[in-house]
Amino acid sequence: MEVKEIIRQENMVYQRSSLLTSKPFSYCPGCGHGTSNRLVAEVIEELGIQNDTIGVAPVGCSVLIYDFIDIDFSQAPHGRAPAVATGIKRVLPEKVVFTYQGDGDLAAIGTSETIHACNRGENITIIFVNNGIYGMTGGQMAPTTLPGMKTSTSPYGREVATMGTPLKITEMIAHLDGVNFVSRQAVHTPAAVRKAKKAIRAAFECQINKKGLGFVEIVSNCNSGWKMTPVKANQWMEENMFPFYPLGDIKVDGKLVKTL
Amino acid sequence: MKEFLLMKGNEAIAEAAIRAGADAYFGYPITPQSEIMEYLMTEKATERTGMVVLQAESELAAINMVYGAAGTGKKVLTSSSSPGISLMQEGISYIAGAELPCVIINVVRAGPGLGTIQPSQADYFQSVKGGGHGDYRLIVLAPSSVQEMADFVPLAFDLAFKYRNPALILSDGVIGQMMEKVELFKPIPRTEQFDQSWVITGKTPDRKANVITSLDLEPLPMEKHNHHLQAKYKKMEDEEVRFEEIMCDDADYIMVAYGSSARICSKALQLARAKGVKVGLLRPITLFPFPKVRIAELAQRVKGMLSVELSAGQMVEDIRLAVNGKIPVEHYGRFGGMVHSPSEVLEAFEKIFIKN
Amino acid sequence: MAKARGAIEVDIEKCKGCELCIGSCPFHVISLEQHVNSKGYHYAYMGNPEACTGCTNCAVVCPDGVITVFRAKSEV
Repeated sequence: MEVKEIIRQENMVYQRSSLLTSKPFSYCPGCGHGTSNRLVAEVIEELGIQNDTIGVAPVGCSVLIYDFIDIDFSQAPHGRAPAVATGIKRVLPEKVVFTYQGDGDLAAIGTSETIHACNRGENITIIFVNNGIYGMTGGQMAPTTLPGMKTSTSPYGREVATMGTPLKITEMIAHLDGVNFVSRQAVHTPAAVRKAKKAIRAAFECQINKKGLGFVEIVSNCNSGWKMTPVKANQWMEENMFPFYPLGDIKVDGKLVKTL
Repeated sequence: MKEFLLMKGNEAIAEAAIRAGADAYFGYPITPQSEIMEYLMTEKATERTGMVVLQAESELAAINMVYGAAGTGKKVLTSSSSPGISLMQEGISYIAGAELPCVIINVVRAGPGLGTIQPSQADYFQSVKGGGHGDYRLIVLAPSSVQEMADFVPLAFDLAFKYRNPALILSDGVIGQMMEKVELFKPIPRTEQFDQSWVITGKTPDRKANVITSLDLEPLPMEKHNHHLQAKYKKMEDEEVRFEEIMCDDADYIMVAYGSSARICSKALQLARAKGVKVGLLRPITLFPFPKVRIAELAQRVKGMLSVELSAGQMVEDIRLAVNGKIPVEHYGRFGGMVHSPSEVLEAFEKIFIKN
Repeated sequence: MAKARGAIEVDIEKCKGCELCIGSCPFHVISLEQHVNSKGYHYAYMGNPEACTGCTNCAVVCPDGVITVFRAKSEV
């Protein structure tokens, strides 16, 4: 059987979501943001909610999602996405509202907005991409940077005594009563991507069914910031990030399913 | 039948917000304006009109909730006092850059820093020159009575939507806290009778996706956007200047004052006139756009102007720019939370313009 | 007997040559082309097309969403 006989529309089993715009992703080669953007688009398309979904894109690499998913977006100031999403959701309670935030955004400058939106139980969805570094500004130390990890502002490695320990904000959030669903996933292998998509879908369904806030952390890579090839970065992530940020569901249907 | 009530300025603002058909209020407590959110909660604004009233975790969150909700095309407002307004400046700059309509109320207290809860007009620069980062302007309305606190709410919404720009009501602790008779306007239904083409309500197949943003990574489109904003501010300067003149026609000298200071000056004016000194009062109602054309006209025929502000002298700079050296322009005012009396104003006026 | 045969189509201009698809393919179908696209990236292609089963792993893991997967039953 010739390849050209296989490549026919009726044989097509996987294609990029039609909700993605034709713009090429501006992320670096191998960056998990691209995969995460794709998954959000796929979930919105599969749930059939594209006409009713409003995204909130903050500051950092995650801001550009509004160029890539063909839905309405609001671009939030750094860290303020959960407050912006609260404003939208409160005046349009029947719409689906989500934020897509990085770790510097959600866990440093926006900690207050994150904690309080979660604590109020805003009926929104938060997608949190944690790559342990500030990507867009050139690889500075983030609240999630691992101890000893070298960044441009911790060039000799993160020294816990003076720079503190990485913030496990997802575990903190899981304890809040307003939060219904919390999961931590990754997008570096096909199996991980499939699980991450399931979690993102659950977080959106949580909102659609008015159960409360759904929160998905995606532990991801930053090849440029980490100064590694994509393949090497993913290996490093498995060996170093996952022991500190273990994957899996943390809270389901308002109940903790993992000992924290 | 006319509806009169005895109300605090802050309460009048809150009642006016409900009657103006506001869709949402987001705020954070701070003296001397906390009555606004208290009133909205006590009077059950949500039950009355469906208006959302939410106490945020900070002014930062409050202004960003305003930013989010304003992007949907709803009528949204917030209120705070000086330190809280400072905290909101990042969000206000984004709202101006993204061209969203909203109403912000500043019941000014004295600074700098935590300052004091007493009244002040020292946030003039912050209000009329933009306040946050970047080249932008707010429409600034300065009420000088409890009646205007109420009336300026629907006016501010109208102007905010007409120009897709934040409108600021610049009040102070005097007007916010004092009680006066107010004639309340009839409730305006919550409607959406304006251009909705830009709002984010979910992209339907019949239109392109809308993105509320102030970002452009390329400088050339960003310059173009800035030109567009400047043209808008110029249009406001051409069309929206509001002011009140009291006894300016035969005046030899003009006092320029807004808000609570204008009330004090109107009494100082009477004291001056009783002494035979022909003083007039120009009260800017819009601080941006500033009545600079009218001030320049008056400068052609009066001998001097006195800017009377509850600050170390801020508006006086704009008056001097308008007068452009033609006549002497001086400043008088108590500040840091102190309020000048009419006789103090008259004494300062005489010292500056008559005795020398 | 019917056997699943697959094939992929790569949007060459959008491929950034990150190689994640290569590692994810259980049958070592994908290689990087020696040529580069207009951005200067080596891009993915089926170096060993006979082995493709159309499992979609490569497309699922592709950060740039440049892979479309096809599957057909081939009578052996």
